[in-house]
Amino acid sequence: MGKKRLMRGSHVIAEAATLAGCRFYAGYPITPQNELPEYLSGRFAKLEDATFIQAESELAAINMVMGASMTGVRAMTSSSSPGISLKQEGISYMAGMELPAVVANIMRGGPGLGNIAPSQQDYFQATRGGGHGDYRTIVLAPHSGQELVTLTMKAFDLADTYRTPVILLGDGLMGQMMEPVTFPEPIEPSALPKKEWTLDGAMERDSRLICSLRLDPFKMEQHNWKLARKYAAICERETEHESYLLDDAVVAVVAFGTAARIAKGAVNRVRKEGLKAGLFRPITLWPFPENEIRALTRSVKHILVFEMNFGQMVEDVRLSVGEKATVHFHGRPGGIISTPHEIADAITRLVYRHELC
Amino acid sequence: MCKKEELVLKDREGLSYTMSITKTIFSGFGGQGVLMMGYVLATAGMQEDKHVTYLPSYGAEVRGGTANCTITVSDDPIASPVASFPDFAVLMNTPSLMRFEGKVITGGTVFLNSDMVELRPKRGDVEVVAIPVNTIAERLGNARGANMVMIGALAQKTGLVSLDSVIKSIKEIFATKGAKVHEMNTLAIKEGAAFVEEQSSS
Repeated sequence: MGKKRLMRGSHVIAEAATLAGCRFYAGYPITPQNELPEYLSGRFAKLEDATFIQAESELAAINMVMGASMTGVRAMTSSSSPGISLKQEGISYMAGMELPAVVANIMRGGPGLGNIAPSQQDYFQATRGGGHGDYRTIVLAPHSGQELVTLTMKAFDLADTYRTPVILLGDGLMGQMMEPVTFPEPIEPSALPKKEWTLDGAMERDSRLICSLRLDPFKMEQHNWKLARKYAAICERETEHESYLLDDAVVAVVAFGTAARIAKGAVNRVRKEGLKAGLFRPITLWPFPENEIRALTRSVKHILVFEMNFGQMVEDVRLSVGEKATVHFHGRPGGIISTPHEIADAITRLVYRHELC
Repeated sequence: MCKKEELVLKDREGLSYTMSITKTIFSGFGGQGVLMMGYVLATAGMQEDKHVTYLPSYGAEVRGGTANCTITVSDDPIASPVASFPDFAVLMNTPSLMRFEGKVITGGTVFLNSDMVELRPKRGDVEVVAIPVNTIAERLGNARGANMVMIGALAQKTGLVSLDSVIKSIKEIFATKGAKVHEMNTLAIKEGAAFVEEQSSS
């Protein structure tokens, strides 16, 4: 690990992508993530084997990433909510073609053009595939500068391992805030495992085909079942979460990303008043850590889900726990950042209303 | 001298906890080095191994328009980088005073650039430190260093970070600008510190 550097979240993603061996970026500007392509344009200019393209549109950008990915290079794009909606067609195609790519979504308020303030409005879009078709994308939700480093780098590994698009789901706050971070040693693209499926000229081998068009329904079904098996394997192996002060907790707050760091502050506050609250933070939003949340209900009967939207992940929490616990919700949509105080109040009200202390 | 939000609470076993976290808002118009002041404070905090966050106002801003940022310096991990009620406000022009005067917590401190701000806070529950940072910077032959004078004054008055850390930080931040610029800025920081020192002793 190198020296501590004070860096903006968008820059951290860009630097971590470079260190992960990413050598292709195409994107189209949108606030609050413009600093990511800005940084990468300069960073890539200094590398002989890297390509940076400011595309003419989001559609062009995602299709350029698709083409680059076919050649085997680690490729990424980034945008914010409305721009990510435009990229969904390409993401669906890449899921069908089994192409790896990293897509960073620095969410803003919405729907529509909305605003540029931090929100978590795209949880459904990200975790349900987003575009048309029977597919999923892996979704990683960082909550600190340092986690932007680890999860960006991990996103490229997961994308290559499973040949699938991976969404890095942050928000305006994650993208704009500076925090001290350290970076690991860079990974040279030549040191990465060789991909045996790329389109790089068929001179001394059989030709290969990468496409999402399968007109024969039986072949399409076969392919869909292959994807389903892959997604099942991801669900089995790749869930990640953080448990914070849950051992003796009677109330668990479930929150991800920016909301989770605010919830952590709230948990610290109510703990000082003797209330036994803890935090469960999903790090992978898909696959969702449903078994881990269900296990929580052995000791916790009340769960408070806090999101910066009007209730999306709460549905996954309800599906996970079933009747084993009561799930409550506190949300602020539209780009409002709750204070730890507000969440501490919500926890306190819950504890007293249900006589949990 | 350091003013912090100190929550001293007792848990059921009677053990007491303290938590210290300090939030500072810097505001002014573009070109006054407002964001740089925040960056210097956050870097200095990082060098002292404190938890720090820097949150700029971002978005549909115009060149020469207003700029502000919020810096949190804390002994513990920082939950929210947003300051609803900052402990300190560094206000470089009149619109900033009008916007942030009411937000500072009771007992907080408002640092004013008295060369640009003629008004004074109406409320009596905050301390006001007025510093003619442009005049001081110009006297030093470093007109662009007004923000350095201010950050020196802030560090001296609040003890948020040491002057040494501030000077070390600017050496790193302006590494490409050469020794002469570093010397001028160091002088500006020390002058700002000396100004508030003199004010408090008189």
